[in-house]
Amino acid sequence: MKCDIVLAGVGGQGVLTLAAAIASGALEENLCVKQSEVHGMAQRGGAVMATLRLADRHIASDLIPLGTASIILSMEPMESLRYLPYLSKEGTLITSDSPVRNIPDYPDLKELLAKIRSLPSAVVVDAVKLARTAGSTRAANMVMVGAAMNLLPVKAETVERAVRVMFARKGDQVVDINLRALQAGCAAAAQS
Amino acid sequence: MTDMVLLGDEAVALGAIHAGVSAAYAYPGTPSTEILEYLIQHRARKGKPYAAWCANEKTAYEEALGVSFAGRRALVSMKHVGLNVAADPFINSALVPINGGLVVAVADDPGMHSSQNEQDSRFYADFARVICLEPTDQQQAYEMTREAFDLSEGFEIPVMVRLVTRLAHSRTVVRPSEPREENPLDKAQNAANSWVLMPHIARERWHSLLLRQREIHAYSESSPYNKLILNEQSMDLGVITTGVARNYFEENLQDLACVPSHLHVGAYPIPAEKVRQLAARVERVLILEEGYPFLERSLRGIIPPSIRILGRESGDLPMDGELTPDLVRRALGLPRREILEIPGLTLAARPPQLCAGCPHCDTLNALNEALSTYQDPVVTSDIGCYTLGALPPYSAVESCVCMGASVGMAKGAAEAGLHPVVAVIGDSTFLHSGVTPLMDAVAANADMTLVIADNGTVAMTGTQPTILPQTQLQQVVLGTGVDPRHFQVLTAHRKNHEENTRVLKREIDYRGLSVIISRRECLEAVKLAKSEGGAE
Repeated sequence: MKCDIVLAGVGGQGVLTLAAAIASGALEENLCVKQSEVHGMAQRGGAVMATLRLADRHIASDLIPLGTASIILSMEPMESLRYLPYLSKEGTLITSDSPVRNIPDYPDLKELLAKIRSLPSAVVVDAVKLARTAGSTRAANMVMVGAAMNLLPVKAETVERAVRVMFARKGDQVVDINLRALQAGCAAAAQS
Repeated sequence: MTDMVLLGDEAVALGAIHAGVSAAYAYPGTPSTEILEYLIQHRARKGKPYAAWCANEKTAYEEALGVSFAGRRALVSMKHVGLNVAADPFINSALVPINGGLVVAVADDPGMHSSQNEQDSRFYADFARVICLEPTDQQQAYEMTREAFDLSEGFEIPVMVRLVTRLAHSRTVVRPSEPREENPLDKAQNAANSWVLMPHIARERWHSLLLRQREIHAYSESSPYNKLILNEQSMDLGVITTGVARNYFEENLQDLACVPSHLHVGAYPIPAEKVRQLAARVERVLILEEGYPFLERSLRGIIPPSIRILGRESGDLPMDGELTPDLVRRALGLPRREILEIPGLTLAARPPQLCAGCPHCDTLNALNEALSTYQDPVVTSDIGCYTLGALPPYSAVESCVCMGASVGMAKGAAEAGLHPVVAVIGDSTFLHSGVTPLMDAVAANADMTLVIADNGTVAMTGTQPTILPQTQLQQVVLGTGVDPRHFQVLTAHRKNHEENTRVLKREIDYRGLSVIISRRECLEAVKLAKSEGGAE
């Protein structure tokens, strides 16, 4: 078993926290994990890409080869397409539908979403709305973890436990918001 | 010891801790920053080792050298271009008989994710005639750092551990081993005859370093990090990998019909004998190395001309940029994998940008307006978040070369005859390398305006503290001899835009040296301090 995930978004959207939630869960289930991160200048409101590789055997490279990723998991619709060449033909693109328009030439959103839906396997989630309902738009990244849950080689309970541990320092209320976000993402993906 | 999930950077830090390091020094720089951050956090919890940020990489290196002089183990870490700043102590410290183990961890940034060049630190290690260890994964980053201290003490040389971005910033499980105690204090013996690099002593020390090269080469030939696996069935292609390139080779192994003979190099100097053993069995050698063609260039002096050398210089791999599993795949002669494509898909570029409400925005807006009446003003700049002021909508600055260069370049441009000339530099970059050129500007009363964009932190690398508190910056500037009548402190804020523009314009008009501190806290730093204080 191997599951390679390309994580995408815009600097500040919580892509690394998203990666950490899945990675912690995978580690608890004794999978091999390699998680790459982006630091420095690239973080400042620009396009951010990270990779997460999970397997039940040794993982050689930190980078994912082109055309082989099982999942593209993105916090932002345009950013989800930037890394399309990494996705395997059997892979799934999962993205939030909320654009971050911090650039002057953002493409037409409707066309963008239509292109995403034209892929062999795509899941589009209204992560911001679901997160707001869960209690905070900042939990949009956990909605996206939930949206990927059914495709992850990790049990939902394990990821939930990891999320509890990650946010424990911030108090019960924050933990609950993130858990609700996780479940909302999971339910939304199942319907889509 | 329990397993830990660590970044490559953190694995280096933990390796140093478990090797009994007594002190660690650094200046922040991507992708090396997390090495010292880990040590600082460790110190906060356990009280040791000593770990602190420094004014720049040169001062960091020299402080580490002092620890070594005292017989204790020291780690100094930096990004690749930081080693340019620390090159003087690095090269010279190879001549003194290193006492406590001295390890220099350098993180290169091939592909320039967050750097102005992609120089390869292995050349520096070779230049200084010292050992360089290059880990392939986080486990090796841990183990090699530990071993580097032993090697440093054994051969009495500084030892380099070279990382690259992909390893520095990738996280996986590391299995640590039993920690070692710190060294006792044991000041260098007979220092007057070995640490004082006057010509007659320096000549002796250089000769001694050259004599030790034989043993250093013998170490590298026998190091288990340099592993040769010959395949008698495959006589055509041999592969040499270094560092993380081995991972990309392994990623493609399953698709190769015949596994090539393979030498992995993790310890330098280059194990020439092992290279010859590989070359004796093959007709072509493919070199997979992250960074410059260091091995590729050296190989011609080691193996016969009849053997073809494939690598970056031959065009089998790109001359620049980071290696990837796919580039290695092509170099191995494997077919490209099919990829998904959407016809007619065009995406907008999304470069990094200043945060909304960033004080630099207000500084740049005021500066742009102050300069708007001039035909062709010059604005030099420097390394930091404010470099993003080169991009629209600001398009305010015109240079970014190396730490502190904005100040010296402004002086030179003014002396060449341009007017007006403004230099924009951050507070930490100013303290790193801007003070010395400011002294030049004071001495010459250069016709320029220095704007210090003071956000009170090293923002770009993750809001580390500036070496001196904001309250002392003014004293530093005036201490160089800047005329107090042409020294101003402004608060960078939208509501002060008109007043700040007016002051900037007045000082730019002045035909001599002016210094303006444009000050407001970095929003990220404020946010972080709040969240660490438990407000969320």
